[in-house]
Order: sequence, then structure tokens, then C-alpha cells
Amino acid sequence: MLMNPVLRLSKATKRFGGVLALDGVDWEVSPGEVHCLIGENGSGKSTLIKIIAGVHHADPGSGIEVDGVPYPRMTPALSKELGIHVIYQDLSLFPNLSVAENIAIDQVLGSLARPIRRGKMRAIAKAALARLGFVLPLDRPVARFSIAERQIIAICRGLAADARLLIMDEPTASLTRAEVKLLFGIVEKLKRQGIAIVFVSHRLEEVLEIAERATVLRDGRKVGTFSPAELDGKRLAELMTGLTIEQTVSARDMADATLLLEVLGLTRTGEFADVTLTLHRGEVLGLTGLLGAGRTELGLSLFGMARPDAGEIRIEGRPVVMGSNQDAINAGIAYLSEDRLNLGVNLRQSVKDNLVLPVLSRLAGRIGWIRPGKRRATATSLVSRLNIRTAGIEAPVQQLSGGNQQRVALAKWLATDPKILILDSPTVGVDIGNKQGIYEIIRELAGRGIGILLISDEIPEVYYTCDRVLHMREGRVVGSFLPSELSESELEKRVYA
Amino acid sequence: MRDFLARFTGRTEIYLAAVVLVIGALLSVLSPYFLTISNLIDLVETYSVTAILAMGLFVVLVSGGIDISFAATASVAQYAAAFAGTSLGWPAFVCIPLGLGVGCLLGCINAVLIHFFRISSIIITIATMSVYFGLLMFVSGGKSIYTLPDWLTTRVVFYESQMANGDVIRITLPILVMIIAVSLTFVLMTRLSAGRQIYAMGGNPEAARRLGVNIAAMQVLAYGYLGLMAGVAGLLQAHRVGEAVPNALVGHELNVLAAAVLGGASLAGGIGTVPGVILGIILLAMLQNGLNLLGVSSYFFQMVIGLAILVSTSITGLSSRPGRRRARPGEATGAARV
Repeated sequence: MLMNPVLRLSKATKRFGGVLALDGVDWEVSPGEVHCLIGENGSGKSTLIKIIAGVHHADPGSGIEVDGVPYPRMTPALSKELGIHVIYQDLSLFPNLSVAENIAIDQVLGSLARPIRRGKMRAIAKAALARLGFVLPLDRPVARFSIAERQIIAICRGLAADARLLIMDEPTASLTRAEVKLLFGIVEKLKRQGIAIVFVSHRLEEVLEIAERATVLRDGRKVGTFSPAELDGKRLAELMTGLTIEQTVSARDMADATLLLEVLGLTRTGEFADVTLTLHRGEVLGLTGLLGAGRTELGLSLFGMARPDAGEIRIEGRPVVMGSNQDAINAGIAYLSEDRLNLGVNLRQSVKDNLVLPVLSRLAGRIGWIRPGKRRATATSLVSRLNIRTAGIEAPVQQLSGGNQQRVALAKWLATDPKILILDSPTVGVDIGNKQGIYEIIRELAGRGIGILLISDEIPEVYYTCDRVLHMREGRVVGSFLPSELSESELEKRVYA
Repeated sequence: MRDFLARFTGRTEIYLAAVVLVIGALLSVLSPYFLTISNLIDLVETYSVTAILAMGLFVVLVSGGIDISFAATASVAQYAAAFAGTSLGWPAFVCIPLGLGVGCLLGCINAVLIHFFRISSIIITIATMSVYFGLLMFVSGGKSIYTLPDWLTTRVVFYESQMANGDVIRITLPILVMIIAVSLTFVLMTRLSAGRQIYAMGGNPEAARRLGVNIAAMQVLAYGYLGLMAGVAGLLQAHRVGEAVPNALVGHELNVLAAAVLGGASLAGGIGTVPGVILGIILLAMLQNGLNLLGVSSYFFQMVIGLAILVSTSITGLSSRPGRRRARPGEATGAARV
């Protein structure tokens, strides 16, 4: 890059108490550049952004320059004045206020007795939207827009504030694939208008797709700044974690194993149609496809949460009809949605209390009395079955490492002794290091004979973890692959075609 | 024009106005007295105190909080002004600001407690309600002041005209003060930066803090404003009934809350409009008056109040529940290019 950097950090350091959150990071961003900032949770990304935004003050010895001018004491107001605008992951929009007010929010802030000039706000909002080529109804409250549209509104707020450096924190986290494409188009436009964009993400494929440069942080230090040409997903993952990640196809041929689940012509109007699949004992079956392909809906129907209109479900050869998820649990099915795994533990409660929660009614005697010994025994056996590393079953879950917390969340559902485990997007929002842990657990459980249906739109995840992969599109199963039959990139091409 | 219409369709106020019209029509058929000028003017004056309190509470609700203590605040303000005017013999220009100031101060105390102790506003104001009211009963010994000074009790009529049929249209002090309070609240909440910041804070407190909204100042403004309105309401109440009774307003909280939530103000904050709250009051007033005219027991009205709160909050709750499904690809982009 020949142009002078719009932002330059030198030896940026920040210590919180005894923790060194950021350790001597040198970094620069050029005008009109798309620069990705990547790292696992706790790598210092957020701290870095907050220092630039003036929310945190860097420790002495650190330097921040904007357009070559050093600013020893950055404040939120100064940062804003210099044209730095951060869009946080939650977008910081006001759902009850209109599009115009959200975009021209500066007209609302400040002096309390100032009259509101609606005409001016509408003009500002309209102009900002026009820069991206959009027209939105300006008087409608933001709550009535989709997440992608809200993202546009949040970006326009930055444009209205004359941002020259736009920092987007995990902007794609809750977007569908089509929406991500739309966002990338917008980023392209912003870039052409000379705005520098810092794109914080942990979705590696996206980083490689959009970045001109990518800076990797790990444990508060800068690992390096790379051009996407030097990187691929595996290399990036290694840079982020510092671990060599051996991704090997773990698929086994399970066709001869006992048949566990048969689904014949299952249909639910508007969601999925004519789905036929089989799941064997100990098999990991991947179910992939774009968001909205009907994967989650199918999973919910298999768990008795949405009654299918046609078709049959057989478990171990016997047809079952499930009117509720209680029926499904009794039939030996457990279901974990993405938020169950992330939020599925009560951090302050003990490992024991977390583990026995789903089976309390089974442990209870006739009058609802639960013998303490029974709870202890159940918890202890689960801890050893899943190798949960904990100081004891009475330790609060928050003392456990992230990976072991995940194990608790999983083990909790194993207490119901499922034959079939449906996992919906189990690693969404999980760091790479912890993802590997989850994959290990999945393989382990399969090894014990549980049939696992893994629903995911992350191609590497299904490719390297599953024995067989089904591809869903628009509610139908359109393909079935063994990982040995094709490469990861071929599978990706088919799904995202 | 289509834009203009689109702004109003699907808004609570429209449904509420329709309900008001239907019930109004029904009542005027059932009771010939209902739709007479003198009954309506009477109603407006009777409900002026409720309306003023509702304006204050509306601002607090929009800010994302709630206040249970305003009736106690109004009673304290009323008693302070009445005591200063009667027992101390202070003049009106001291007593009125005193009453309003006491109201405002008690509201600000709520704001400070809520902001600095970070305890939910319902807990704080239940506690301060008890403190304010207990203090008032303790100091006053529960005794009413019956001999109020003339400046407080003399009826003031700003406009009067007699209709052909003998009905009298009369704009009295309570009605005028109510009109001023409503206009002031409307301007504050829709036309001034401060009001929009209160909406912003109620809609997304975290984002408001991040964007530099002075949260403490907004809390003081919202609760202080309610305190001020409570002071106004307390003085007006004394003016109307000609005496200061310590517990006259207590128990009134629920009616005011019902009017505000009926009018579409959300207990979750950030939602609600002045016209909506006014419609909520009109609806309640009509129900109470209508049931009265039809000879239904007043206990029945209490039940109606409770039901009104239940129904209107559950409707708001249901309609604000996020859709169970995420937007499908393409769906989001379509609307963006209208």
C-alpha cells in the first residue's frame, strides 16, 4: 500500500490487573483497504478495537496515530471526530426509533433542550442510504427490519457520521449466506469511496474471500499480517490457535452396523419434502445445506417438536409417532440446538446440579422426593463416562475450562441415555481450539454406539467429522456422499453452488 | 398520501381509537345522559389529575423504568403545600413552587437510587412509596387539612358559555393545567432532543450508553418529571376537593398505570405515545363513567382495571415476541430496494 495509513498503532499494550490483554501490537490500516482482524476469543481483538475507539486507554508507551498525527489520549468523542466508527456485533441500533433517527443519531444526542429537526434527519439518512444504493422507508421503526437491513442501517449511521475508518465486529455472525454476499457488496462500495474497513471475524472462509490483508492476533500478540494469497483455512486456523491442526477424514463405513433410525418420505409442507434417510448404530451422519434448506426443521420434526404431514419414522424397526419432544426423549432421542450447547449450562451451579437436571423426574420417587445419593451417583458416572475434568461434582461449572463446560452441556443430555443424538450447529460461535474438543466428544459418543445426526453448514465440520454426509436443498435431500468419494472443496462447491 | 396512511396503519392508537368510538357509541345508546356536554366536561375535569399523572408515568415507562411511588409523592407534595399555606400562612407564590419542588425532589431521589444502586425501579419505588407515604402519615398523624387557603380552593373558570339547551361548557383550572401538561409532555417527547434520548435509552440502554447518552441525567429527567407531574396533580387534587387528605390519592396508581399501558406504553421501555396514553385514559374514563351510569357496582370497575392491564400487556408481549424463524435468504434483500 502506497498511501499513508489512516490508522497506525505502535507497541499497543493494555494490562487489566494481572492480565496482559494486548502486548506490544504494531498495526496499520490504509485508506480504502479491507483489513481483517482475526483471533480466538480472548486474543485481544476487542481490546484493540476499544483502544482505537477510545473506550479503553492504552498503557503508557503505546502510540496511536491517525493520518500521521499522534493522539496520546484517545477518547470516544475524539475517535469519532477523527472519523473512526465502530459497529459492534449487536449493531447498537434502537429498535423503537425510526430508520432516520437511527442513522442521524447525532442529531438526537447532545444538548437536551435542542429541538429535533425531522426534515434534516431524514435528509441525512436518505443521503447515507443513497451512498450504498438503498432506499428504505425512513419513518419505520428499526424493529420491523431484517437483520441484514439493520446492518445496512448501522453502516449508514457510520456514513452519516463521516466515518473514514469503519470497524465491523463480527458483522456476519447472524447473517445467512445470501445476506453475507449482500454485505460484501456493500463493503466493496465503501472501499471504492475510500473508506477503510476493518472486518473482525472468525469465519475463516469469509476472511479469505474479502480481505486484502489479514492480521492475526493470538494471546494479545500480533502473529503477523498476511495477504490472503499466502493463506488457506488450515494455515489460518494454525496461526490463530498456535496448534497444528490435523484434519483427517475420520469416516468409517457404517453400512453394516445395526439400523437405528429410518426416515421414509417424511414431509412437512413448506419446510421439507419426501426426506428419506437412515442412521446406523455408532454412525455420525452429517446433514448440510444452506440456511433455510430445511435442515433445522427436519431436526425439530425428528425430535417431535413439529408434526410431519406425511411419511414415517422408525426407530430400531418400529414405527414411532411423536406428539411432543417428551415422546421423542422416551423414544431415545436427544436434541441439542446451538444455543443449548453454548448456553446449556448454568455456570454458577455445580457440575452435579447441571448434569442431573434433565433426569430429575426419573430420579424422583413416587412423591417427588429425590434421594441425594442417587443424584451424586448419576453425576459421578456421567463425569467419568465423558472424562470431564473437574475438581469434583460439587465444583461450579464456571471453574471448568471451556472444553469441559461443553462436555457438561453434552453429558447432561446423555443422562437421558439417548440412542440417537441430534446436534444442530454444535460449534457456532465456538473457538477453533474448543471445536476440536467437540468433534472429539462426538466421535467418542459414536464410538459408544450412539447414532449422531450432525446438522451444520460448516463444510469442514461435516467433512472431517462425519461418516456420511447428506446434502439438503430447498427442503429435499439432493445428495448423499462419503467423504472418501470427494474432496472438501468439491463438497463445498456443491453446497454453495 | 400513501406514506401518510402507512404511518398510521397497524398502530395501537388506531385500534384504540376504534375501540373508544365503539364503546362510546354503545354507551350513548344505553344511557342517554352519557353523551351530554355536561357529563363529558365533568369527565374531563374528574380525569385531569389521572391524565397529568399518566403523562409523568408515561415518560418513566418510555425510559425503561416504572414508578409505583408517584401517588405517595403527590400526597406528600399536596400536604406540604397545604400545610405551608394553612398552618404557616405562607403565600401562594411560595407554597405552589414548594409543592412542585417537593414532588420533583422525591422523583429525583428515586432516580438517584435507581441509577446508583442499580436496583430495578419497581423494587426501589415500592420501597420509596412506603417511605414517602409512611413519613407523611407519621408527620400528619393521618389528619386531613380542611381549611385550605382561598387561593388554593377558589374555582377558576377561564371560559364559559351556555348552549341553547342549557348545558354549560366550562374550561376550569384543572382542565387547562391538564392541557398544558399534555402539550408539554408531547413537545418534550417528540420535539426535543431530551425526549428522543429517553426513547433511545428505553429502546436499547446499552447502545445509548455507548453512544454517549448521559444515562444518569436521563433517569433524573424522567423520574424528576414524573415527580413534578405528581406535585401538580397533588395540588390540583386539593384544589378540586377543597381539602388535603393524606391518603386521598393512594390506590390511584393502578388506574394511572392501566391508562398508560392501555395506551400502548410498553413496560419494557421505549414504546408509547402521548396520543395513545390520552386514548387509554379516555377509554378508562368512559368505562368507569358508563358502568356508573348503568348502575354497575364500582367494584366491578376495579376488576376492569386489572383486566385492562392484563389484556393490554399480553397483547404487547405477544406482538413483540420475535419470529420463531430467521429470515430466509433473499427475503431480507428484497425489501431493501423498495
